[in-house]
Amino acid sequence: MNTAPLARVGLALLALSVCACTPWVKPYEREHLADQVMSFDRDPIATGYLNHVYEAREASRGAEGGSGGGCGCN
Amino acid sequence: MVVINNTLARGIVALCLLLPLAAAAEVLQPDRLDVMYHSYDGGGATIDGPSVLVRKNVADTVSVSGGYYVDMVSSASIDVLATASEYSEKRTEYSVGLDYLHDKTLMSLGYTESTESDYEAETISAGISQTFFGDLTTLSMGLSFGDNAVGVNGNDDFAASAKNYRYKLSLSQVLSKSLIAVFSAESIVDEGFLNNPYRQVRYKDTSVPRGYSYQSEVYPLTRNSDAFSVRGIYYLPWRASVRADARYHDDSWGISASNIELRYLHTIGEEWLLEAKYRAYTQSEADFYSDLFPYRDAQNFLARDKELSEFSSDSFGLGATYTLPERWLSVFEKGTVNLYWDHFQFDYDNFRNVLDTEAPVGEEELYAFDANVIRLYFSFWY
Repeated sequence: MNTAPLARVGLALLALSVCACTPWVKPYEREHLADQVMSFDRDPIATGYLNHVYEAREASRGAEGGSGGGCGCN
Repeated sequence: MVVINNTLARGIVALCLLLPLAAAAEVLQPDRLDVMYHSYDGGGATIDGPSVLVRKNVADTVSVSGGYYVDMVSSASIDVLATASEYSEKRTEYSVGLDYLHDKTLMSLGYTESTESDYEAETISAGISQTFFGDLTTLSMGLSFGDNAVGVNGNDDFAASAKNYRYKLSLSQVLSKSLIAVFSAESIVDEGFLNNPYRQVRYKDTSVPRGYSYQSEVYPLTRNSDAFSVRGIYYLPWRASVRADARYHDDSWGISASNIELRYLHTIGEEWLLEAKYRAYTQSEADFYSDLFPYRDAQNFLARDKELSEFSSDSFGLGATYTLPERWLSVFEKGTVNLYWDHFQFDYDNFRNVLDTEAPVGEEELYAFDANVIRLYFSFWY
């Protein structure tokens, strides 16, 4: 498996993190993003179980996601 | 005993070296207890049991979690009925996790142990999560290593092993005040004994009355797969959301798969959260799969596992979360009761029902079945 492309993407993003960038969605505009209806994985125990069902019945695996909300506030 | 190989060790060291670049906020998950009853019923198999997940913050920088999960299996599936008799077994899984917040960077370590009568698995994992650009972008990376011991009930002479390496990358992006998107990629490498030792393939055999016989499956000793997904959630003005997911999978066994999912979340007051979703999945078959091989040992690798065949599945789900009134739970800050039901329909394109004995060999009806999945759980925040 060649993981080099993934590593390059990660390093590029990390390098960009040192830039002083102005967020286009201000902290006070993130009320909706912090709502539980905007969570990809609001109940990990339930999401994890369903992913277990998928992996048991399907040949595909990986990239099921489940990372938390995107507003940096979890 | 789990041994971390050089590749994984280098990956963990690389993640640690990236820590000084930490620049923005991450927070620990809240203290929480989840108790769930889960049930899968379909295709002659019933699998149910309890699951518990508890998380507790220690000081302001460390969060520990513990999980307990049981599968009680009672199976008379098509695979079992074709070549064996109904069986029951139990799988028990324990997991522990540690999250550490350091200079606003979230690192995680995990260990999982799963035991059943003929299979033992240990998995260790490490991850790091970091936000950028004023907390609009979150990058997560993770590694895991699994070590599995494979046995066969009733055959103490059989012992095999399999190893599993997973590499994950996830990028979450706030696109607007109402839209979040996530891109995920994951590569998985398997090595060792990868097939189910009980599963068998069938081949034409004119020397027996039914016209075919069985022999053991033979899988390659390695499998590499890559999966990519894109997800998005959009906030609707009446405090609801619509979510769309798309995922693609490709592996060295020749299997390509994809799925899409649409989900709608709707709130009623502060107490109710309702969910409706639809998911469609399709996959091609493995290069070495056949429903009926022309003769014994027809090729190097042999599979007739329906999970490796070409098939499609549709599922839809409904669910509700009810937030309990505060006065009911003085011990907890918040509590919810949750009931979710998913219905699956599996339609196989090249896996035939051998229980259809009326049809000529190789022309039996194509197999299909449906399944119901229930998740009933209680969540408490404290």
